[in-house]
Amino acid sequence: MGEGAAAAPLVSVTRLTKVFRNGVTALQDLDLAIEPGAFLSILGPSGCGKSTLLRVIAGLTPPSSGEIAWRGGGVGRRGFVFQEPTLMPWASVWDNVYLPLRLTRMAKSAASERIAATLAAMGLEGFAQVYPRELSGGMKMRVSIARALVTEPELLLLDEPFAALDEITRFRLNEDLLQLWQRHHWTVVFVTHSVFESVFLSNRIVVMTKRPGRVAADVPIALSYPREGALRTAPAYADDCRRLSHILAEASA
Amino acid sequence: MTERQAKLAAPLAVGILMLIGWEAVVRVNAIPPYILPGPLLVAETLWRDGPSLLGSLWVTFRITMAALIAAIVLGGAIAVLFAQSRLLELSFFPYAVILQVTPIVSIAPLIIIWVNDTFLSLLICAWIVAFFPVVANTTLGLNSADRNLVALFRLYRASRWQILRHLRLPSALPYFLAGVRISGGLALIGAVVAEFVAGTGGAETGLASRILEAGNRLEMARLFAALLLLSLTGIMIFAALSWLSNALLAHWHESALPSED
Repeated sequence: MGEGAAAAPLVSVTRLTKVFRNGVTALQDLDLAIEPGAFLSILGPSGCGKSTLLRVIAGLTPPSSGEIAWRGGGVGRRGFVFQEPTLMPWASVWDNVYLPLRLTRMAKSAASERIAATLAAMGLEGFAQVYPRELSGGMKMRVSIARALVTEPELLLLDEPFAALDEITRFRLNEDLLQLWQRHHWTVVFVTHSVFESVFLSNRIVVMTKRPGRVAADVPIALSYPREGALRTAPAYADDCRRLSHILAEASA
Repeated sequence: MTERQAKLAAPLAVGILMLIGWEAVVRVNAIPPYILPGPLLVAETLWRDGPSLLGSLWVTFRITMAALIAAIVLGGAIAVLFAQSRLLELSFFPYAVILQVTPIVSIAPLIIIWVNDTFLSLLICAWIVAFFPVVANTTLGLNSADRNLVALFRLYRASRWQILRHLRLPSALPYFLAGVRISGGLALIGAVVAEFVAGTGGAETGLASRILEAGNRLEMARLFAALLLLSLTGIMIFAALSWLSNALLAHWHESALPSED
């Protein structure tokens, strides 16, 4: 793959508008280019349509107008993580993670190696036969992320996945997610309402205006990777958080 | 006394006290057995007529089970069809309701006239009484699958069949089982009501016709004995279906989980 191809965005969102059936305009004329390998956070006040944007990019909801175009045409492999773990309560952890592969009719025997590797990567060794109700909130979320990763997606979309977790669990999951991203270099789009979380994770933050949602600011984050827990107390991190908080406050006004 | 022991002992004590009271009232007032037999006489009759009553119970039980199985299979199938097409559900659901609210005693005579085979006509009557809870509950369950999971299935381009097989059916299982538990009792009631309408006669008579017969002959002790057998059957059906429900949902559903304290 040449330099030119690598620079082309993985997904281009052009003049995207989403009007709900009840007449509310969630997104208006939104443009966004997602470059391959990015850890892109979408930050905005609640109700700004950031979750809607994510769902439209994923193809879970059709746009009212505008276009979602993938590099090379067609639609690539996507993984999606909801705010809630959204697991099947009747199925074991193993079967929950197997689901996307089962739906592509991959046999259990063929899938088992990949599932074992994904469970290990998410720190879920030994939990394969456990049912979701036996797991804590953080562990459920790990299963949910494992399910999204098992198809080796080109684009991983996460919709405020850690919002309901306690701070210690959230920090751990932030760090684990970053480590995996650095190792595999997928493209990540991460929706959050937390300035601190978005600065810690991303190399680019898109701040949205309140409804109807548009891009208010597109901010690169220059902090170097690997980022670890110590970064949370570093002055450079605090500076970026302060800067982002100002931008967010202006966008929400 | 633990909660578990109390659960058994308390209703048992109430029952024994009531039986003693009943026997006392009958003896003190010298009520003749053709008005109200005492529990001891009922027990004696049950012992003496047991074999012949059990034969009749078997007839009623067979109709009940056949109706319950038909309610599970047909009711489940109707619910799956409803879940596949909103138009189908909108078109036919009102008729299922009409069938449910029409008193079975008023249509049983017609069914008995139209259908020559006695067993089959009784089966149809019992099925009409029993099928609705399965249809209504299962339809609700199939439509209650987590919306985000449905979206996720679509994201992975799941077929209609895959969504049904791997998402809607498991989601509906607790609802379906609750429906089956209600239908079990209704199937027995349906079978008994249909037998009442069909009346006595024929070689194989069910427990309901024995009750009618005993009533006509003022053999109240036998009537009570037959009634007792019917109640015990109903309780056993309910217990068996509850056990089945718990066994199937033990892994995951709130209704089947042991209490945490």
